Amino acid sequence: MSTPRTMFEKIWEPHVIVREGDQVLLYVDRNFVHEGSFHAFGALAKEGLKVRRPRQTTAVADHYAPTLNRELGLAGVADSEARDMIELLEKNTAANGVEHFGLDHPRQGIVHVIGAELGLTQPGITITCGDSHTSTHGAVGAYAFGTGASQLKQILATQCIWQKRPKTLRIVVDGALRPGVSAKDVILAIIAKIGIGGATGHVIEYAGSAIRALSMDGRMTVCNMSIEAGARAGMIAPDDTTFEYLQGRPYSPKNGDWERALVWWRTLPTDDGAAFDREVRLEGSTLEPTITWGTIPEEAAPVSAPIPEPRAMSADKRAHAEQALSYMGLTAGMPITDIKIDRAFIGTCTNGRIEDLRAAAAVLKGRKVVVPAWVSPGSSQIKRDAEAEGLDRIFTDAGFEWRASSCSSCAAMNGDTVPAGMRCASSSNRNFEGRQGKGARTHLMSPAMVAAAAVTGRITDVRTLL
Amino acid sequence: MKPFTTLTAVAAPIDIASVDTDKIIPARFLRKLRTPTSGYEPYLFHDLRLDAEGKERPDFVLNQPAYRNAGILVAGPNFGCGSSREGAVYALMDSGVRAVIAPSFGDIHYANEIQNGMLPVTLAEDTCHALREQLRAKPGSQLSIDLPAQTVSDAQGTKYAFQIDEVYKDRLLKGLDEVGLVLQHLGAIEAFEQRHFNERPWLA
Ligand code: SF4
Repeated sequence: MSTPRTMFEKIWEPHVIVREGDQVLLYVDRNFVHEGSFHAFGALAKEGLKVRRPRQTTAVADHYAPTLNRELGLAGVADSEARDMIELLEKNTAANGVEHFGLDHPRQGIVHVIGAELGLTQPGITITCGDSHTSTHGAVGAYAFGTGASQLKQILATQCIWQKRPKTLRIVVDGALRPGVSAKDVILAIIAKIGIGGATGHVIEYAGSAIRALSMDGRMTVCNMSIEAGARAGMIAPDDTTFEYLQGRPYSPKNGDWERALVWWRTLPTDDGAAFDREVRLEGSTLEPTITWGTIPEEAAPVSAPIPEPRAMSADKRAHAEQALSYMGLTAGMPITDIKIDRAFIGTCTNGRIEDLRAAAAVLKGRKVVVPAWVSPGSSQIKRDAEAEGLDRIFTDAGFEWRASSCSSCAAMNGDTVPAGMRCASSSNRNFEGRQGKGARTHLMSPAMVAAAAVTGRITDVRTLL
Repeated sequence: MKPFTTLTAVAAPIDIASVDTDKIIPARFLRKLRTPTSGYEPYLFHDLRLDAEGKERPDFVLNQPAYRNAGILVAGPNFGCGSSREGAVYALMDSGVRAVIAPSFGDIHYANEIQNGMLPVTLAEDTCHALREQLRAKPGSQLSIDLPAQTVSDAQGTKYAFQIDEVYKDRLLKGLDEVGLVLQHLGAIEAFEQRHFNERPWLA
């Protein structure tokens, strides 16, 4: 009998072309680019190189896409530097024959949302993008990781990347999640437990009954934030949930290819008895809605808890927590539900999918927001789907602005900033200082929790509103 | 790429743990073009370095005269975590920083440093802590890094050995460009593609 293997090994090994010391030359099946990829295209052109396999790269405008006046296309981009970025992507992709979904394309959306939505993201393959949240794509059972501009240039030029094999970490979440507890709460609890550097150098496989029970949207939320624990990638074994999701998508294999793919995909899950370098376990049934109180994603706590006391922390965490509380304008010991908010934002590659919008709408129905609030669906397709279901009306009746699809206030590169000193309840993935704008204060939480905060003006346990 | 062999330079202590790349360069500067005449140095640690009026904060370490010309940073754990933005490395490089010493690094940032001929040096947490204390006690003192010997030496001449992947070391020493290194294997790549896409034609 052959040695039991992990899913990661089953994807990694067949993609190795050459070995050199600890490094391998790894083949990249699919690559994605966005406006921020201009350094890589620039370097490529400077060296007189072209994209070697243009059909394996897909481009989309997301980071700088405005959320207002989108029907005007490029002319609607008020900020000239942002417009230049969007135009540059258009030019670079045209010069290299790369498919590009621009501002007004019906398939436009956040890169980590459209990948699976279009069926470009598939089990068993290697996926790259010049963006750290590429780990999202691992939710279908792929090895997907982010790179910087130089490595992106190499991938564009060669379709390969030198890489050292990561270690493996299995995170098992068993038990049933309680009502009001979502995939976002699972991943925030995981990061709070293992820390922002807890998975550095590792690829995470998420397993256990709580993970299996998640929809594809939920699985993408979990894998998305793997990087917030330092992991190179996150992945979840493909199963019928995955296959049902992918069947019939525009770029999914068709007919005979679909059948062949399915036979292969079913062999991917980790074999019984396969060894991981590390394993971590969480009990899903004990998890609560979780929010961040600090300025790194690990500084998170259940909504029922008080803000932790830095003095009770280990020395390495204490200094950071003290600085974080001062930046956030919070005091240790205060109940988390006493935190008042000034803004609410729903969207991003973490929580901008249809189920996220449904979960928020369920809270908003028949209620009114008491702070400025806006939603930017993860893709233009999701926006249309939500409108067909009438979700847009629920949001706008509650006082949310219903905007176009973009990264929007996640990193605020398109100008959707949160003003300095203001506190935002956000469904995004990073609460770093200044992430949503200079001096902005971010609390990460699930979309339903953002909705609850928006209607009460303070951080609220969504379970009291269900 | 400029090779990296040895470096003796003023070192600055960065006392914050988990310095994310949003801190090293805020997102709003990532749209800036980088040319030989206009580099990324104005954006380095922008919001830590400057106050709301754009005036230097005197308490920020790189604003203090002794550390202004720092070529080495000694940081806390998890340096460069978060966003994959290579702009963080451009901002460091364009400001004259060619090496960062820390107990651990964000994975993507570590690779980005190597790609640009910067040296990320991993030393134990208490060593980094002791080095920062030393640098604060004697502002403006230098550290020496010897990549071939894999050592860092402080002002007293104490040497600390560090580990680095052989492949990375070799590329840094020679200043090799990776595209060239990959294309040496073009034959193997093409053979791989033929097999791979024969089996899974829908991926091509
Ligand atoms: S939504 Fe945020 S995290 Fe996701 S790709 Fe856009 S900026 Fe990055």
